Amino acid sequence: MLPIAVFLLAWELVARLDLAPGHFFFPPFSTVVQEFYHLTLNGILLDNFTSSLVRVLIGFSAGSIAGITTGILMGYQEKLHKAFHPIVSLLYPIPALGWLPILMLWIGINEMLPIAIIFICSFFPILYNTVTGIKGVDQNVIRVAQTLGASRVKVLKTIVLPLALPNIFTGLRLEAGMAWRVIIAAEMVAIPTGIGALLMRAESLLRIDIIIVCLMVLAIMCFTFEKFFLYLEKKVTGKWR
Amino acid sequence: MPSIELKNVSNFICRDLNLSVEDKELLVLLGPVGAGKTTILNIITGLISYEGSILFGGEPIDGLPPNQRGVGYLFQDLNLFPHMDVAANIAYGLRVQGRSKTQVGRRIRELLTMFRIEGIAHRYPKNLSGGEKKRVALARALAPGPEILLLDEPLDGLDLKTRKYLRMEFRRIQRRMGITTIYVTHDQIEAEEMADRIAVIHNGCLQQVGTPEDVFFHPRTEEVSDFIGQPNILDCESSRILGGGLVEVKCGGVPIVVPHHGDSVRKIAIFPKDIYVSVEDPPGPDINRFKGMITEIIPAGPLTKLRIRVGRNEMISELRNDVFETLDLDQGTKVFLILKLRWIRVL
Repeated sequence: MLPIAVFLLAWELVARLDLAPGHFFFPPFSTVVQEFYHLTLNGILLDNFTSSLVRVLIGFSAGSIAGITTGILMGYQEKLHKAFHPIVSLLYPIPALGWLPILMLWIGINEMLPIAIIFICSFFPILYNTVTGIKGVDQNVIRVAQTLGASRVKVLKTIVLPLALPNIFTGLRLEAGMAWRVIIAAEMVAIPTGIGALLMRAESLLRIDIIIVCLMVLAIMCFTFEKFFLYLEKKVTGKWR
Repeated sequence: MPSIELKNVSNFICRDLNLSVEDKELLVLLGPVGAGKTTILNIITGLISYEGSILFGGEPIDGLPPNQRGVGYLFQDLNLFPHMDVAANIAYGLRVQGRSKTQVGRRIRELLTMFRIEGIAHRYPKNLSGGEKKRVALARALAPGPEILLLDEPLDGLDLKTRKYLRMEFRRIQRRMGITTIYVTHDQIEAEEMADRIAVIHNGCLQQVGTPEDVFFHPRTEEVSDFIGQPNILDCESSRILGGGLVEVKCGGVPIVVPHHGDSVRKIAIFPKDIYVSVEDPPGPDINRFKGMITEIIPAGPLTKLRIRVGRNEMISELRNDVFETLDLDQGTKVFLILKLRWIRVL
């Protein structure tokens, strides 16, 4: 906490003493806090934040569920892996925002657009991590379970999935933060509501304090989502890892 | 418990295996590293494909997948489930069989007591010692009550004392449960101590199957002979019963005490590794210790063989090269020998 306090104090001092070049564009921290308070009080921040949060939650949940399910099927069924791996390998490297133009034409500019972007942003990396996790499970451990009488489905449920969890959690953790970065970019470019849209409006009004408020909300949400999955991972796998 | 029978079993490593293990028998599969011992176990459990036929209790089981063969398999690497504690590891086979909670609980307690691991029931594998892991893995393999047990080098990597202790434990449990067992090892002492019969395997081929005495003292192929080593065989001129299962024989004018129930002993055998060599008179009772003279030094890979004249006998002993170098031995050096009583065999 101390480094953060020192950073904020330095920021306040530099801005108040006009030490930064172009001080007009560098409001002190206290002004940003004040603006945060006003935006919260008049409901603007909460409305935009809620819009972004709902989009992230829906898009990320759908992308994760689809990514994990497809990952399990591809990781555990060699035939499916052979069939789909080349396609996934081609699509995975495309940045999520790269899909924006084509999705704007396919879906149009509506609520589904940012959700679809978040879905794609989450789906491929989580799918990739799930496949890696499942394929990385020691074959001999699977063999032991088989000799103890476990069917393929039982082996998947009781051995393979639990042992693939660390990899799946890594994917979820990284992509939870990424989802917020992507939603802000999508809203900035194409959607009139949400934190990204508020940020763009603030830019056109030269309201640096509001821009910084938006960036702080983004930083806090990325951090919170990542920490949540880190906590969940430790809770679920910490005992045996 | 059923017998195990392999009929003309072959795959990419093993060739034309014909082997049968009797009901309740403990058969040791003995052979050098890479001989194909683990492959045979994997074939029996159905984990790898093969040609030929395998029968349990006279019934062919070739069409059955591994989870329906009812075999308890202790893998060399143990492969405990890292995400389950000891109790859950042991319970796994019972749970997949759909046993009730009460049955599972009772069986876990029984096995924890049998293997003396009650105190570690809630520990995870990462917090277990090597010996504890072995016991947990064996308890897990036995939990579902398999009719056949396969053990792949179960004591490898443990210290000598723990090995000795666990050998006795395994044998005790195997006898108590009367379970048909195949035990894989490359350790001859372990094989001799554990086996009802030994099957020697080399390059994927079965070389010899017989009692420990049969295999160690009457090797039938050159491969077996090379792997086991050649024993010193001494002709006896006379023998005298000492009582308590001991007989004193005279070989080449030298009195040797041997473990034997009976009287006439014509030949005895002892392996080179079981003859202790020292440059100084070692302390201890004056039984089976002799003075001799080195007549020949024969380098043999990591070992050095010493031909030593004792009375009218010529005996071969062997030392690890590093030990040989520290002893500063030469042709003509006078040495003291101790024949390890326990390892002298009457032929």
